[in-house]
Amino acid sequence: MKKQVFFETLYKLSIIFASLLLLLIIIFIFLEGFPALREYGFIKMIFNGEWQPTAKNPSFGLLYMILSTVVSTILSLLISIPIGILSSVCLVRMVNAKIKNIIMFIVEILAGIPSVIVGFFVLKTVVSFLYDHFYYMVGVSGNSMLAAIFVLALMSLPTIITVCVNSLEAVDPMYTEASLGLGANKIQTIYKVELRAARSGIFAAIVLGAGRVIGETMAVMLVSGNAINLPKNLLEPTRTLTSNIATEMSYASGLHQNALYASGIILFIMIMIINIVLLVLLNKGGVDNA
Amino acid sequence: MNNIFEIINLNLWYGSKQALKNISINIDDNCVVALIGPSGCGKSTFLRCLNRMNDLIANCRIEGSILFNNENVNSDSYNEIELRKKVGMVFQRPNPFPMSIYENVIYGPKCQGLTNKKELDSIVENSLKKAALWDDVKDRLHSSALGLSGGQQQRLCIARAIAMEPDVLLMDEPTSALDPIATTKIEELINELKKDYTIIIVTHSMQQAARISDYTAFFLMGELIEYDKTDVIFANPKNSKTEDYITGRFG
Repeated sequence: MKKQVFFETLYKLSIIFASLLLLLIIIFIFLEGFPALREYGFIKMIFNGEWQPTAKNPSFGLLYMILSTVVSTILSLLISIPIGILSSVCLVRMVNAKIKNIIMFIVEILAGIPSVIVGFFVLKTVVSFLYDHFYYMVGVSGNSMLAAIFVLALMSLPTIITVCVNSLEAVDPMYTEASLGLGANKIQTIYKVELRAARSGIFAAIVLGAGRVIGETMAVMLVSGNAINLPKNLLEPTRTLTSNIATEMSYASGLHQNALYASGIILFIMIMIINIVLLVLLNKGGVDNA
Repeated sequence: MNNIFEIINLNLWYGSKQALKNISINIDDNCVVALIGPSGCGKSTFLRCLNRMNDLIANCRIEGSILFNNENVNSDSYNEIELRKKVGMVFQRPNPFPMSIYENVIYGPKCQGLTNKKELDSIVENSLKKAALWDDVKDRLHSSALGLSGGQQQRLCIARAIAMEPDVLLMDEPTSALDPIATTKIEELINELKKDYTIIIVTHSMQQAARISDYTAFFLMGELIEYDKTDVIFANPKNSKTEDYITGRFG
């Protein structure tokens, strides 16, 4: 009896600790970032592109970096989500178990390698290629938004595949049988029934992928050129919100430091928006949740 | 009467284990055939041969002829999709798709490329009426099928199969997951449906077989022991094993 009470307390303490930690992080970022938001103004911060933190009259406009983050996230997910879903369908339904296990083993290793290594790879391939072929264009050095997008897509792909494969494998075979029993073919069964039954898992894959992509810092810095730019040309250098924090935190002080924390707040809000949008999408037309 | 199915010397192996041994049986048009026997006797396996559902199982080998309207469906040249359009199936666990009631019913026709809204609407109404579900759900066709009760879900699965206008309905213990009242409703429905369809039903309940079927086949250890009119099987079985089973001496 005492033992049970002990373990119950242990479980409860763990969850309290975990939630408290999360809460502390949020409070901390907001406390640190708030002075910048108050001094400079939240609206001005997100709608102004001028980032001159060390000037005499400093300005802390994050617009270009926000846009870089948004554009690189969306474009990289547009590459990795379809490829991820299609390859998970292929792995679960179209190849034999042996091949699937080999490929999944590789994918899981890829999911675990440090993203900087992916950065190396893109540096040697995409960046070199862009430099070799487009060096005559103004502002093109190879380090670019496009390279960053490749890094992010490559990096999120293993996560998306793994989660999609797991959720497709968890689809109750009774749905497959029902569909085939009604004269549907294999492809119809996959797209109309199995992927639909696996919806929530696939959305989870997208949320996880998007989280990794938005949060990625070092590998992006490695290939993006790290220059603040309105992302109007994918071949030009760019800087995302996270790279900005990592680049400048070491020498920032005062309001500049607060402004970096404030970009943390904005990242936080962006992740929240993604989660909410996906949740709404999942529930909309999602009669399976009725 | 016409033989809709004619099975000749059917043998089936799962890997090296033989699950069906030399089954030969003729099934008449527009009647209800019950397949009975203890668990593991091969009755469900046999049922799944009739719409080639065993294709899904790796290492499953089938020999012999399964003539459906005089064509052997147990051959690579016979298109299993064409077969499944004519031989519908209802499963043990109600398995509506996670979609609306309406979408569930039109699933089959839509997979065949039917898109005309009016036609689909009338298919939904007719199928649900035939499955005695229309009055229950006509006001909530677009809400989730998963919100229905188990018995309603099973009738929806029947409606979904009927929407394909099949010749035969295969039912694999369709009431074993349902309560007695829902079971009665399904049995009444089967009685109605036999006017239009041949129904082959696997059941664990001998009372159910006696109540609803015209013919009964008794399976044991992968063999077809006896096949006859239901009255004969239950009143006057020729084989002593059949008698032992229906009098409850084993199984």
